[in-house]
Amino acid sequence: MRSYLISRVLGMIPTLAIISVIIFVVIQLPPGDIVTSTLDRLQAQGVDPTEEYVQNLRAQYNLDKPLVQQYFYWAGNLLTGDMGYSHLYSRPVNELLWERLGYTLSITVSALLFMWIVALPLGIYSAIRQYSIGDYIMTSIALVGVATPPFMVALIFMHVGFEWFGVSTGGLFSPEYEDAPWSWGRVVDLLSHIWLPMIIVGLGSAAFTMRILRANLLDELNKPYVVTARAKGVGPAKLILKYPVRIAVNPFISTIGFMLPALISGEAIVSLVMGLPTIGPLLLQALLNQDMFLAGSLLMWLAILTVVGILLSDILLAWLDPRIRYE
Amino acid sequence: MDTVLKVRELAVDFKTDIGLTHALVDVGFDMPRGKVTAIVGESGSGKSVTANCIMRLVQPPGRIVGGRIDFAPESMDPFEIVSLGKRDPRLQELRGGLISMVFQEPMTALSPVYTVGNQVAEAILCHRKVGRRQAWKEAAEMLERVGIGDIDRRIKMYPFEFSGGMRQRVVIAMALVCHPEVLICDEPTTALDVTVQAEILTLIRNLQQELNNSVLFITHDIGVVAQLADQVVVMYQGRVLEIGTVRQVLKDPMHPYTKGLLAAIPGLAPKGQPLATIASVVGDTDIARPYPLVTLGDGRQVSLPREQVPGAIV
Amino acid sequence: MSDVALNPVAETPASREESATISPRRLIWIRFRRHRLAYASGIFLLLMYIVTGFCEFVSPYGTTTRNDDAINAPPMRVHFFDAEGNFHLRPFVYAYHMEVNEDTWMREYSEDTSRRFPIRFFARGEPYAMWNVFDMDRHLFTTDEGGYIHLFGTDQLGRDMFSRVFYGGRISMSIGLVGVVLTLVLGILLGGIAGYLGGIADRVVNKVIEVLTSLPGLPLWMALSAALPAHWSPILVYFGISIILSLFGWTGLARQVRGRFLSLREEEFVMAARLIGADTPRVITKHMLPSFSSHIIATATLAVPGMILGETALSFLGIGLRPPVVSWGVLLFQAQNPLVIELTPWQMLPGLFVVLVVMAFNLFGDGLRDAADPYSTAAVK
Repeated sequence: MRSYLISRVLGMIPTLAIISVIIFVVIQLPPGDIVTSTLDRLQAQGVDPTEEYVQNLRAQYNLDKPLVQQYFYWAGNLLTGDMGYSHLYSRPVNELLWERLGYTLSITVSALLFMWIVALPLGIYSAIRQYSIGDYIMTSIALVGVATPPFMVALIFMHVGFEWFGVSTGGLFSPEYEDAPWSWGRVVDLLSHIWLPMIIVGLGSAAFTMRILRANLLDELNKPYVVTARAKGVGPAKLILKYPVRIAVNPFISTIGFMLPALISGEAIVSLVMGLPTIGPLLLQALLNQDMFLAGSLLMWLAILTVVGILLSDILLAWLDPRIRYE
Repeated sequence: MDTVLKVRELAVDFKTDIGLTHALVDVGFDMPRGKVTAIVGESGSGKSVTANCIMRLVQPPGRIVGGRIDFAPESMDPFEIVSLGKRDPRLQELRGGLISMVFQEPMTALSPVYTVGNQVAEAILCHRKVGRRQAWKEAAEMLERVGIGDIDRRIKMYPFEFSGGMRQRVVIAMALVCHPEVLICDEPTTALDVTVQAEILTLIRNLQQELNNSVLFITHDIGVVAQLADQVVVMYQGRVLEIGTVRQVLKDPMHPYTKGLLAAIPGLAPKGQPLATIASVVGDTDIARPYPLVTLGDGRQVSLPREQVPGAIV
Repeated sequence: MSDVALNPVAETPASREESATISPRRLIWIRFRRHRLAYASGIFLLLMYIVTGFCEFVSPYGTTTRNDDAINAPPMRVHFFDAEGNFHLRPFVYAYHMEVNEDTWMREYSEDTSRRFPIRFFARGEPYAMWNVFDMDRHLFTTDEGGYIHLFGTDQLGRDMFSRVFYGGRISMSIGLVGVVLTLVLGILLGGIAGYLGGIADRVVNKVIEVLTSLPGLPLWMALSAALPAHWSPILVYFGISIILSLFGWTGLARQVRGRFLSLREEEFVMAARLIGADTPRVITKHMLPSFSSHIIATATLAVPGMILGETALSFLGIGLRPPVVSWGVLLFQAQNPLVIELTPWQMLPGLFVVLVVMAFNLFGDGLRDAADPYSTAAVK
């Protein structure tokens, strides 16, 4: 187990390195850079910057160096925790990021929990009562759930919330807590708002994982080891839970691995629709305004979140499944 | 004769993509107590389905559509198996308690995520009110008895750390740990290496003699039948063709199919000649007419037209 | 001893014999037909592709035609009976009657029963160029000159939603196909290389797959499509978006292809093919690929909905396709504000089509996969 842990954690390093290269390339792709957009702004204000000023500016952002060198500056700064300065918001990227990362994390993690709590019992029920009315209802709902883009779910929920319950469902805080410092009241207020994005973000993934669990379980239900256990006289309920469910849950655990990117994607777009103060809207603004330091750091952090999440799910899986542990 | 299991007119259908298949048609035989009964037949002859019926393990798309299985255990009042309700406590007791089963595929018959000890002890915990510690102790004893050494370490190992032969020993231990009155072995050696096969067969025979239980042994291997069985049931395409003692069936087969089966055994065929093949295989034509079993004076039964059977009891 | 002639006795059902003569392809078809939902979805998708393929003909108007009498007007109802209760064999719609609500300053529409517009089928209407080539003016249905018909209502500029939904469907549904073709090429190529060659190639491809699957897709798509130059023509953007979508979508397919190759490499029939002197390309194309091609097709089908949803999401955010191009995502971009659902819910209709098409693709793909899997029991009911 220990060697597995070590190898997995070490394996993360090259993955993150490659990801950082990809992200660096991606943020370099748009024509123009921070200097050209600064110059554009200055010119729009009627200022004609001198050649020397431009040179200084380029040097300040290391833009006069070759690309490879620029990458190492960027990556090096990332490692030391200095993510540069957002000219769009005129604030250090660090500040912007830490304000919002927590919300992104809490919505994503709670959506993940919601996904499990919904998908696990429903998936099991659906599989062991295959072709029952309950199974048909649930698989139909799951089918629609998988097919509906999160932003549509968000729009519909907001509409329903407004129309039927008369509540405004945007944002993570009530107006009085919006800019207030952290307090017990603010936490409660956050919790009373976060459940809606949690459900919206988690719904599609819950539907998806439910379908996966159902399919896995149906596969396992007739495996020889289940027949052996039945022949041994294990009671029906225990038989299902101890044998096929136990195995079908393993790929289910690893769904964290690939549902997490989906959840983070969903969170980004839902936040945009609902006006939540998370990384998603910030990223969109950064991309639209070519604030590439900001965009790069945000992308990098989203990637780190995912990679760490996948690592955690792998460790959990190894803990649950001796076959992996003993490999 | 003291009969432990009486199978009568058993019929099973399978619903498949391309229609209804009759897996068993009018299967009937008796299992004498304390003896080894072998069911022989080629793939698809319904041997395993018959065994699954006795354990009530036939799962959809398969379904028992008729017949009865009368079970007369020593420790309980006799009862009929096919009509047992799903929630009948006797069904739970039957499975693993009174009758237990060893499967063909030791590689997949054990769950990979629980230790060997856990899975063997579970059989005890399912049928007797004993503590976990006691169950593990008895599991360890049974595992040693089937030939697994270094038990303190091995009992905590996972099935995938065992070889095929070792796993089959575990499955046998699991089947015997509750001292069932009937042990069903469904081709227990087919998936194993030849050398391991011999070991497992010896083990099953020795244990049968020690424990004096009744064994239903399912195989396609006539050689194994000769070594192990007291009584033989020959099956083909979901029906019984011939029943008799080992001596009767192997020395003097009556049904042409049984004759064909014996002729196809390498050791018995005359030297220097090509080995016989059985002309008819599964899916062959002109098998529309089944004949009911005809009983002979010496107790054997064969499925042939009455006029073709000399000495038939009218 | 010779063969023992048998007088066979056991009864075998006739069906067993049939199974011996059914070809794999036919068996897949039988299994697929049995999935009624999948079969129906397949027909629905086919219809949708035909309708959107001929959307110029199917729609009564173009995407930019404006009706100033109908701004944000609701869907019309088709009538057979007029206000006096008289039956008309030719269905008709009533003109809009618009009133501005004094309190809310909103336009409110009702039916003007004094003006009927009979629906004309295969009649001449607004001229268009079919596939930008053939100049035509016949429409599946339209009204006489001076009338108008908006079965799905209109948007804030008075453009016909029905026409826009099907024009949009052409883009959204085809971008899925184009993306999947690229995905297939990448997936089979890279998965095949990894699985067939093994060794270093396998490890490299695997690492790339691992990295790509651990990236949150949408944010990266956002970054990439934001990088598409603003001066690109719509057609370039269209292909740009499909490339972006397939750039991250090929991993699933590659993984499957790799897995199959790895296990097939060890199979006897592949070894046999090699021993009789078949070269590598022949072994791959003649022996390995056919044995799992139906599986690949099923997987590819299941990848289409992801593409459609991806395009929709990007365009919805305003960084995918942009007006004047019409796609379902572009149409939904206008519906970003919850107020839109409140006041003009028919503007969400493109979303309904997205859901239906994605659902149909999922069902269709599931059915194909189950049918293609020789060991599948899901078809047995």
